[in-house]
Amino acid sequence: MAVNKNSNGYTFFFAIAMVVVVGAILAITSVSLKERQQQNDADKKRMDILGAIKVESTRQNAADLFSQFVVERISVDYSGNLVEQASGKIDPNDKQDPFNIDVKKDYRSSIKGIVKTSGKNPEELENRLANADVNYPVFKCVKNDTTLYVCPMVGTGLWGPIWGYVALEEDFQTIYGAKFDHKTETPGLGAEIKEDFFTVKFEGKELNLEDPKTMFSVLKGGAVTNEHSVDGITGGTITSKGVDEMLNRTLPVYVKYFTNANDQRAER
Amino acid sequence: MSTEVKEVEKAVEKKSEPLFSKKNRKLLSDPLNDSNPITVQVLGICSALAITVQLQQAVIMSLSVLFVMIGGNVIVSLLRNAIPDRIRIIVQLVVIAALVIIVNEVLKAFLPDISEKLSVFVGLIITNCIIMGRLEAFALGNKPGPSFLDAIGNAMGYAWILLAVSIVREIFGSGAISFPGMGQVKFFDPDWSGWMANGGFYENNNLMILPPMALVVVGVIIWIQRARNTKLIEEN
Repeated sequence: MAVNKNSNGYTFFFAIAMVVVVGAILAITSVSLKERQQQNDADKKRMDILGAIKVESTRQNAADLFSQFVVERISVDYSGNLVEQASGKIDPNDKQDPFNIDVKKDYRSSIKGIVKTSGKNPEELENRLANADVNYPVFKCVKNDTTLYVCPMVGTGLWGPIWGYVALEEDFQTIYGAKFDHKTETPGLGAEIKEDFFTVKFEGKELNLEDPKTMFSVLKGGAVTNEHSVDGITGGTITSKGVDEMLNRTLPVYVKYFTNANDQRAER
Repeated sequence: MSTEVKEVEKAVEKKSEPLFSKKNRKLLSDPLNDSNPITVQVLGICSALAITVQLQQAVIMSLSVLFVMIGGNVIVSLLRNAIPDRIRIIVQLVVIAALVIIVNEVLKAFLPDISEKLSVFVGLIITNCIIMGRLEAFALGNKPGPSFLDAIGNAMGYAWILLAVSIVREIFGSGAISFPGMGQVKFFDPDWSGWMANGGFYENNNLMILPPMALVVVGVIIWIQRARNTKLIEEN
């Protein structure tokens, strides 16, 4: 029996069959490779955290170096209260472990929408961020007997997400090191935020604790910088603004936690 | 990017032809020179310019395109009598997209660093006109055997340009060559030998790293190719 290849029925049948088969194949591929990909992502995260405290690592030795330098993993809520504290081995299936908090996913699913819809109104922004059910991870590291705190953060660049890790010194004010990365920023322009010449400018700078709205600024091309600001990327204004927004939205949360922790220590 | 496929092959519809007949060998060799997808048909330029900063990236990209091309050509060729004409472009697109997603997932799992460097360009293989063009022009009208050879030929034609461009750009841009799995081998290292001690004889040229230089290198290749192969020169 000859089938009419151009009948509607056949076309529909073919399309549906194709989608089912292709969908199944892709699903199998995705599921079978997932574990390896997650492992790779975790290694990358360790490398980034180590990079923020200026420890060079490769994918092979990242796990070892991480357990050597990172002594405690902490998660805090928006008001700066301690939520979870962990040390020792990381269980990849333990959702409570601060290491397993997916800051990018949290940003995508809740914070990004809040920033977008209430960006013009600082009070509303503050309120809605405070009510969002998001925890912020901090990594306490010890390097050469000095304690450093690595704060992860995520924001939006020109074309897609940007993220970073900022390491603060024990005074919770001086920046020890910073590492930024992006997914799709323009090579040669916004993409330069991941280069050393940009991140090195952060080292030794201080957060402006008096002004929680602009703790640290990334300024537009050629402006005079002080100890609370760095020069942005030429030709990457929107990416630089993204870094600025990300720093000033996330750092205050950590500063609140550090101040709380300091007060408690003083009381004791 | 030009989407026109200038030559539409006539369907090869002879029965029981040996796989490596003269005609089939031509399928392999033509795309390397006379009908090269990049230099003659000017397709797939976008990815060729973007990822040729390092040899290593060019190799992985070429292998990815080779895989997608062979897979796409053979699958579409096998299905050619079943695909309804009205949705054939969508079917081709789905086949290519599925193969590209598989490549992307595999790279992410096994070569995370390179996958990061290639970033969006692996995904953009979907829009590579070479692949779509071959499916539409060749695989839909030919048996799997010749389609397979045609895929290898065209992927190789794409690959050798990519490799040539990336070698030139990496040597003059970074003073090194990166082999997959072996890391970079420095060429213009000032400490390399005594006569290079005073800063060496070559400074890395950052312009080579930037995308415009890829265009110039491709242009030079096209120039050389047409000078040697005079039948490619168009008459006014």
